[in-house]
Amino acid sequence: MLGSGADRLRADVNRLLAFLFHQGILDEQFLQLQQLQDESSPNFVSQVVNIYFQESEKLLRNLRSLLMERKLSDYKNIGIHINQLMGSSSSIGAKRVRNVCVAFRAASDQNNRTGCLRVLEVLEHDYCFLKNKLHELFQIEQQRILAGGVGYPMQN
Amino acid sequence: MGNMATQTQFHVLAVDDSLIDRKLIERLLKTSSYQVTAVDSGSKALEFLGLNGENEDEERNSSVESVSAADEDHQVGVNLIITDYCMPGMTGYDLLRKIKQSSSFKDIPVVIMSSENIPSRINRCLEDGAEEFFLKPVKLSDVNKLRPHLMKGITTKTEMQSNTNKRKGSEEIQSPDRTRPRYNELEVV
Repeated sequence: MLGSGADRLRADVNRLLAFLFHQGILDEQFLQLQQLQDESSPNFVSQVVNIYFQESEKLLRNLRSLLMERKLSDYKNIGIHINQLMGSSSSIGAKRVRNVCVAFRAASDQNNRTGCLRVLEVLEHDYCFLKNKLHELFQIEQQRILAGGVGYPMQN
Repeated sequence: MGNMATQTQFHVLAVDDSLIDRKLIERLLKTSSYQVTAVDSGSKALEFLGLNGENEDEERNSSVESVSAADEDHQVGVNLIITDYCMPGMTGYDLLRKIKQSSSFKDIPVVIMSSENIPSRINRCLEDGAEEFFLKPVKLSDVNKLRPHLMKGITTKTEMQSNTNKRKGSEEIQSPDRTRPRYNELEVV
């Protein structure tokens, strides 16, 4: 029956979300985003998250090139980038990425280049993981809607 | 559109240099049935209000074409301004000061948002006229706190339109007589 396919997929969505919350990858701010999605704004979550992906990747690229500079001195600029990434991560509920940014800022405040590079690696890794999981989430959501599930709201 | 009597929606001007935060605040406000204009800087906010220079009269002679929502017989219909604190160029605090120094706009409630919980910063904003200080990420529960400030503004706006002396005067700048437990407790989201 059409309904049960959608139900199963909804269960998959919930399971993935529960996992992400449990692992500290996402926090309740992500739920807030979901609550803001409704018939007047049915793609709000993916819209905002996609902006987040675009901006974050730009910031991460810039951070890497700033840190790879032969004569590194622009920690102020690095700090600005980190703050932006921290802020936007916080705004979408990307808790783990945000927390890594805090560590990054600490290293940057100490002008600790080695520390910064180390944290950047963690950050890039955690960001990739987040992106993959959110893509997975959106994919299952799409399938659920195609299977006849209601598009919004996203949560129970 | 309307004069005060027929205005059905409050209009909020949101100021934030972060695109994501603009999207978020816009959605939060629209969900709460507010009309929203979102700009990415303090100077654009002032431009929108029609406050181009320090001179008050600029607002009347201003020929700001694109951004301004001012029309002939009304002042700009903004009922509340919500602004990020940390912005390049003009900070949210600078914007707050400019608005409170403006005779036309000083009665518009201003709310500040910040991702950083710095009590001295918060207190300074509140002492200098901000109605509320929200810690980011901003939620619906925060936006729900805006309504009383907007409702309070209705009588004020009517007075502004008839150009009489505002009875509130300097009372408007209220100090922390309101309890804001969240800031004292350093309870960050």
